[in-house]
Amino acid sequence: MTIDQLSIFVENKPGQLLEITEMLGNAGIDLRALSIGDTAEFGVLRLIVSDASKAFATLRDAGFAVSLTQVLAVSLTDTPGSLGRTLRVLAGANINIEYLYAFVTRKSGGAYAVFRVENNDAAAAVLEKNGIASVGLDELV
Amino acid sequence: MQYFTPDMECASPEKMRALQSERLVKTVRHAYDSVPLYREIMGKHGVAPDDIRSVDDLRKLPFLCKDDLREAYPYKLLAVPRSEVVRIQSTSGTTGKRVVAFYTQSDIDKWDECCARAIVAAGGDKDDVVHVCYGYGLFTGGPGLNGGSHMLGSMTLPMSSGNTDRQIQFMCDLGSTILCCTPSYAAYLAESIIAKGMRDKISLKAGIFGAEAWSEEMRREIESMLGIRAYDIYGLTEITGPGVSFECSEQTGMHVNEDYFIPEIIDPDTGEPLPEGSRGELVFTTIAKEAFPLLRYRTRDICVLSRKPCSCGRTLIKMSKLMGRTDDMLIIRGVNVFPSQIETVLLQEGYSPNYLIVVDRINHTDTFEIQVELTPEMFSDTVKQISRREKNLVAAMRSMLGISPKVSLVAPRAIARSEGKAVRVIDKRKI
Repeated sequence: MTIDQLSIFVENKPGQLLEITEMLGNAGIDLRALSIGDTAEFGVLRLIVSDASKAFATLRDAGFAVSLTQVLAVSLTDTPGSLGRTLRVLAGANINIEYLYAFVTRKSGGAYAVFRVENNDAAAAVLEKNGIASVGLDELV
Repeated sequence: MQYFTPDMECASPEKMRALQSERLVKTVRHAYDSVPLYREIMGKHGVAPDDIRSVDDLRKLPFLCKDDLREAYPYKLLAVPRSEVVRIQSTSGTTGKRVVAFYTQSDIDKWDECCARAIVAAGGDKDDVVHVCYGYGLFTGGPGLNGGSHMLGSMTLPMSSGNTDRQIQFMCDLGSTILCCTPSYAAYLAESIIAKGMRDKISLKAGIFGAEAWSEEMRREIESMLGIRAYDIYGLTEITGPGVSFECSEQTGMHVNEDYFIPEIIDPDTGEPLPEGSRGELVFTTIAKEAFPLLRYRTRDICVLSRKPCSCGRTLIKMSKLMGRTDDMLIIRGVNVFPSQIETVLLQEGYSPNYLIVVDRINHTDTFEIQVELTPEMFSDTVKQISRREKNLVAAMRSMLGISPKVSLVAPRAIARSEGKAVRVIDKRKI
């Protein structure tokens, strides 16, 4: 199971994030998770939102460089060492992680990690074999 | 030693004019007889070699411009059999096509002589140690001053550009007395020398700095930092390279080597020659070149010519420092850059042709940034992929331009659209 993630190119200047989040807010889109990868010159804002295709269209129409990427989200027990177990499984299968970010949800209080890997199916399969299930958007509330 | 060739540098106006007329007639005949393209151009313009009898007839000839030279690439303007050619030099490429200039041994000798005159005018003689850190290779800077220094008999250090530590070490150890490089590199070297506390260890007395525009303020700064006299030198590959004109002790403009090159100032819009003292586009006719004679070549450089007597004793006409260009060419770190070249690379690499060039001069060194819009299609989710794109674009720009810009990718439509002529260049340098 994969989740749609929005990636948005942001220039390194004041007001960029504000503009994007306001635009999504005005469109009635709820942010579930947010992370930023950055260099000295620019950043890539990654979002998991309530309605990815609507958010994509909103941002694209506003002229942003935006893309949709399938990422894996897994549920973690909120205990020490829990992320490590997942990482060890992926490392054992020689799966490289491009990036990941983790967060705790508001309602369930569960912890989740979002992974970006080269091959989602292979990663999901090896995680499942080790008893780590990937979750869908519905769970991330 | 006051002059390298006093009979030419201090010739009476009558003598110089007679020599120019004689050489012009010969050059026009030579170009016409040897180069089909000249026959075609002159034919179209309704002028024959017999119409050119003296310098007064110069204006009857058609102009040549850079595009003509690019069209002629590689051999169409070569005026001698290839077996007579001993060297080529070339400009940095523009829209894929370079200008290649050819030299016979005699052409090289005359070019060397022009540069030897420049070194002598800067106070040099055979006892000097001439430190050349212009680039060597296709660029004319290094080979030109190198040749001039050889001809003068000075010990020549063919340092080429870069490796500042080694430049300074050789300068100290070998006792360099005359520095030849771009003014921005001279300023950078000066700062490095001072930062290393080596100011007392250098023996420099003069510098010959060209290939880019520089201000009087920059001259004074370099002079005081290094404790030298700093002289300007002008030239272009098409005409021969550095040494087309050079500054003397008066430091108020550059004497044109008129026995080899006839300068004119024209109105860039109408092409009409303008009287002495007018500001306009500089045009050169070579009158002693064998392999690559150019008739009325439009340099696109704007300046003023003056015959006011010079305290140095030379009678050669003087051109002012350059006051600008009639086209959009930028000179960045001594390298000619046309916005069209940048556009070509962007289109080749799949970018939008909306870009902004930002040039500045920080600590005497030109900074060169190109802001480029990312297209939505080329964007994915990883930083790595965008950084790789940036790097590839820098490499493509470097191979086209000969220097590396800083490439900044910006969001689609981030660069302001203009309704009239697009603003492509912001040049913050104060020259």
